[in-house]
Order: sequence, then C-alpha cells, then structure tokens
Amino acid sequence: MVREFKQSLLIALWFVFLTFPLMVVRVNTIENIVVWRWENILWVAIGAFLLSYCWRYMLARRRQQSKKAEEGIDTRGPLQAALDNVQLRNRAMAVLLVLAVIFPLVFDTYQTNIMVTALIFVVLGLGLNIGVGLAGLLDLGYVAFFGVGAYTYAILNANFDLGFWIVLPIGGVLGCLFGVVLGFPILRLRGDYLAIVTLGFGMIFKVVMENWETLSKGPSGIANIDRPGLFGLEMTLAQSTVYIYYIMIALVVLTIIVTNRLKNSRVGRAWIALREDEIACVAMGIDMARTKLSAYALGAFWAGMVGVLFAAKTTFINPAGFTFMQSAIILSIVVLGGMGSILGVILGAFILVLLPEYLRAFSEYRMLVFGAAMTLMMIFRPQGLISNLRQIYQYKGSKEKAAHDG
Amino acid sequence: MDMEYFLELFFSGLTRGSIYALIALGYTMVYGIIQLINFAHGEIYMIGAFVALIVAGVCTIYGLSGFAILILAAAIAILYAAAYGYTLEKIAYRPLRGSPRLSPLISAIGMSIFLQNYVLLAQTPDYLPFPRLIPSFAFMDPVAHIIGSAELVILVTTLVTMVLLTLLIKKTRVGKAMRATQQDLSMARLVGINVDRVISLTFVIGSVLAAIGGVLVASYIGQVNFYIGFLAGVKAFTAAVLGGIGSIPGAVLGGLIIGWSESFAAGYFSSDYEDILTFVLLVVILIVRPAGILGKVRKQKV
Repeated sequence: MVREFKQSLLIALWFVFLTFPLMVVRVNTIENIVVWRWENILWVAIGAFLLSYCWRYMLARRRQQSKKAEEGIDTRGPLQAALDNVQLRNRAMAVLLVLAVIFPLVFDTYQTNIMVTALIFVVLGLGLNIGVGLAGLLDLGYVAFFGVGAYTYAILNANFDLGFWIVLPIGGVLGCLFGVVLGFPILRLRGDYLAIVTLGFGMIFKVVMENWETLSKGPSGIANIDRPGLFGLEMTLAQSTVYIYYIMIALVVLTIIVTNRLKNSRVGRAWIALREDEIACVAMGIDMARTKLSAYALGAFWAGMVGVLFAAKTTFINPAGFTFMQSAIILSIVVLGGMGSILGVILGAFILVLLPEYLRAFSEYRMLVFGAAMTLMMIFRPQGLISNLRQIYQYKGSKEKAAHDG
Repeated sequence: MDMEYFLELFFSGLTRGSIYALIALGYTMVYGIIQLINFAHGEIYMIGAFVALIVAGVCTIYGLSGFAILILAAAIAILYAAAYGYTLEKIAYRPLRGSPRLSPLISAIGMSIFLQNYVLLAQTPDYLPFPRLIPSFAFMDPVAHIIGSAELVILVTTLVTMVLLTLLIKKTRVGKAMRATQQDLSMARLVGINVDRVISLTFVIGSVLAAIGGVLVASYIGQVNFYIGFLAGVKAFTAAVLGGIGSIPGAVLGGLIIGWSESFAAGYFSSDYEDILTFVLLVVILIVRPAGILGKVRKQKV
C-alpha cells in the first residue's frame, strides 16, 4: 500500500515536471506577455496520481487475463459472450436495421444529417477494415481514396453533367484503380513501410488537388454539386436528406454483406492467414502480392463509392476536407471498434462521430482523446470493443456416427 | 548557370538536410533496435522547439539576452525532449513488447496525435514567432548572401553532434551495448546486457538529437506551431529509409539528399510541390532498393 502510494506520488511529481513548461507557462512572443497558469499544476498532479493507480490496476488485470487465457479459462465478458452467439448476433443486427429504417421518420432533418455522416464513416471504417483488420495492411492515407471518389463526382458533375447514379460505380472503380496503381509497386514492402508510403499518398493527393487549379479549382474547392436524383423528381432539402439517408443505409447493408461474405471466402481466409504469418502463408502457396493487392483495392473501392455520396451530400468539397486527421479518425474507428470485427467497426464509427457531435464541449478534446484511446486500446484491449468472431468449424459426422453405433 | 545562386541553394539544402539528418537519426536508432517506426518522434522534435520558445520568451521578458538565452533554451529543450522520449517509451511502447507488429505502430500513431493535440490545447493553434537567437557574425559578412550565420551555426552544431554520437556508439561501453542489442536483442539479454535500459537510452538519445534539431530549425525558420513535427517527422523518416534504416551514416546521407533535392527543386522549378517531392523519392527508392542506399538486405529466417 505504502509502496504504491509512494510510487504514484513520484509519478505525479514526474508529470508535473514534464508538463510544467507547456501547461503552466504560456508565452505570447508577439506582444511579449507571459501568462502563468499555476492552477494547472494541481490538476496535472491529481490527474497523474489517480491515473497511475488505474494504470497499475489495468496492467495487473491484463496479466491475470493472459494467465487465465493460457489456462484455457473463458475470459469473455457477458456482452462479448452474447455477441459471439451467432443467433443472438443476427437478431441484434436485424433490430439495428429496423431502428435504422424508422430513424428519419422519428427524428428531424438535423439528426438525420448527422446520422448520414456517421453512416459514411461506418462504410469508410468497414472499407479500411478490409485492409487493416483482415489483411493487416496499415493504410494511413485511406482518406485519399475517399477524396478520389468525391472529386470524381464533383468534376464529372461540373464538367459533363453526369448524375449521381452513373458516377457512383465510376467513383468506386476509380478508387479501386488508384488503389491498384499505388499498391502494385509497394505491396511487396513490409507493413511499416506501407504505412508511411500510404501516408505520403494521402498528402500527395491533397497537395495535387490544391495546386492543379484547372482540374480541381484549387484550395477554394468545387461548389454546387448536384444532390442525388430520383427519376427527375424535385425534392426539398429535407426530403433529399432523407433520401440520401436511405441510400446510405442501403450502401451500409451492401458493404456489410459483401465484407461478411468476403471474410469467409477463399480470398478472405488468405487475407487473415497473411496477417497472422506472412512467411507461413507464402509457404502454403498463397500469392502474397495478389492477395494484398486485392485487399487494398477492395478497401479503396468502398472509399471511392462513399466519397461520391459524400460529395453529393455536402454539395461542396475542397482539399482541406481530406487531411491526415480524417485518415486518423477512420483508423481509430477500426482500432477502437475491433480490427476485423464488422459489428465493432459500426459501433466504433457511431461512438467516434456521434459523441463529439452531441457533446459539443468535448469536441475540442476529441483528437486528444482519440489519440490516447488508440494507445490505450492497443495496450489493454487490442481486439477492440467487440472482438472479431472467429469462424469455428465443427465436424458433426463423428458424433452422429457414435450415436448410431451406441 | 549562376554560380552564386547555385551555392546559395546548395548551402540552404545542406542546412535543411542536416536538420533532417538529426531527426532521422532518432528514427533509425529506434528502428534498428526494436523495429518500430516511432511515429511520435516528430512530436518530440516539436516539443523541443516549443519548450525552447517558451524558455526564450520568458528569458527575454526577464531581461536576459542573446547567446545566453540560446544556450539556456537549448539545454532546457534537450532536457525536456529527453524526458518526453523516455516517458513515451515507458508508457506507449514498453507494455507492447512482444505483441503483433501492428500494435506498437498504432500506439505510436495514437501518441503522435495525442501529443500534437496536447500542445495545441495547452498552448495555441497559431504560429508563434521564434526569437532570432543566433547572432550574425561579422566575419560572415562577405559571404552572407550565400551562407548566413544561422546556417553556419546549424552546420557546425550538427557536425559536432554527429561526431559525438559516433564516438558514443563506437567507443563507449554503452555504445557497445547498443550495437549488441541492435544485432540480436535476446542474445544481448543472455550475455547480461540490460536491454530495457538500452532501449530507454536509445529513445533518450534520439529525443536529444530531435530537440537539437528542433531548436536549430525554430531559430532558423523563425516560427513554431504544434503541427511542425508531423511533416518534419515524415521527411526525416523518409531520409532514414532512403539511407537505409538502421544505418547511422545512411540517415545522414538520406537527410542531405532530401535537403538538397528540396532546395534545388524549389529554387529551379517551383515550390508548390516541394512537400511531396519527398514522398515521390521515397516511393522510388522503396521500389528500386527497398533496403536503402547504405542498408544491408536482411534475410528473413524462419
């Protein structure tokens, strides 16, 4: 007890020292004013003291759990256990779908609009999940594919007057193409190099869009993009929002079905195998480059499609909307929700988009919290909020046969 | 071709390059030992620059002046950067030793975002002007249009730092332990090296170098912002990869190549695409020679 108390006290002191210049002093070098915020010392000290206790407790718990797991004891919580039950899981999905369908009938346009944003991030999360969660390819420039889709629609709409429904598949295919073109030379690289190159690609996209005035109208962006049409019907803003909402729901359902089927397909199993052990996987005769490329390109496909929808929803896009921060948010959705887990990613998207939206006071701190959450999740719950359900295959034959014989 | 213009670009590229090299060393050393891209390294550099700015600001108001401030600001910045690097490793990376490769990398990205926003919230989102701490020397006047005093100070400081680092790694006991850990971590542990301490020390040294880079660049460019670490970090990482990650002379070479290519591209063509030149270089290098210019090709054993 006393030892722990002393340790926490020391940690608190250390953090007071560590944060002193940045938290306490604020210098304005233009007007030469120094502001001393002494009260912050107290907050840091108390915070660090309490957190160090939590930290120790969590680490101890983690050790215990890994020990239990080694002994084969079930360490799942009740929620996780319920979700691992396939039947229950399917029912939960069905209830969610019904709720989603009646949502715009109950709530107003503002809420529906926020929900559309959340759904866009659900699709982005699910798309990135193919790369990061299933195939283990860390992509830090994912937002670029989203941008490719959005710009495809904006440019085609402004110059050739093409409609939403024609461009939707084009956006997806273009995103996919960019994925292949970029992915081809770099996918033979190790995972961490891939991360940095994709990060670079994200930045290249933004810089090119800012500077290529003739194509993208530069930093000022493209405005007056058409909303999606429905057989030429005139729609008010509210109606159009609801319409977009339903398109988005359809897109989410499609994404879920496709990713779910993919996960259990031949190529999906190859992705998971590649993530688990690259060398063993290649030794088993799986074409590494092609498998990785397909994961990368498919992820890009979804981003491109949803990008088209994003442009149609906001009717205005500019390069500032496609920054690394966006990629980071999508990545934290996947990490927070649970890499490889579809339900987890959906939950993650809702938490990360809706929380800052409804807790306005908190939104200033959201990136701070996301960053910390990414690290904490990796340490204490690497499988995410809802962990991925592993396909379990059971050989039923022997049991029945035994019953017969008996 | 205009020789003077060429020389001016040459020296400005050299200056930038040597700062990239200072940051790149931190990446390369950490990567060499635990095969982790320390994404938050750029943020350590930014924190170094910010602490220096705060110290300099306070000192200016309380009436210190000139060179004394520079030394004091640099010393405190180095101290703090080292402390941050040490704490970062302890909190975000040490608990993840032995987990899948992706975990520490994501943790590092998380820390990078966290530290950026921590400085943003604790300080300011605006660019703050950094006081011109490096005095202009009279003896530099005849060549001032080609190479300024600030550039000279940066070059000399970088050179001295590199020499000291090389001596540390080649000649001291600690350096020997570091090299051993880099070659084989578990073997180093078997022969009695305190691997955890070596890793901590690597982070501290890397952070010190980053802080030196941060102070130098802040007083050279003259402004500081919470976001400066990100781009500098990415460029420095590219430098490390370019030279061959894990190789110390490689990091220096990579830094210089990037500095020169940026400077010449901006001087002779256009600066619009200056920031992405690095990435184009990176992609080309990774395709042509994934191990980097001076890197050794490591065979994977099963």
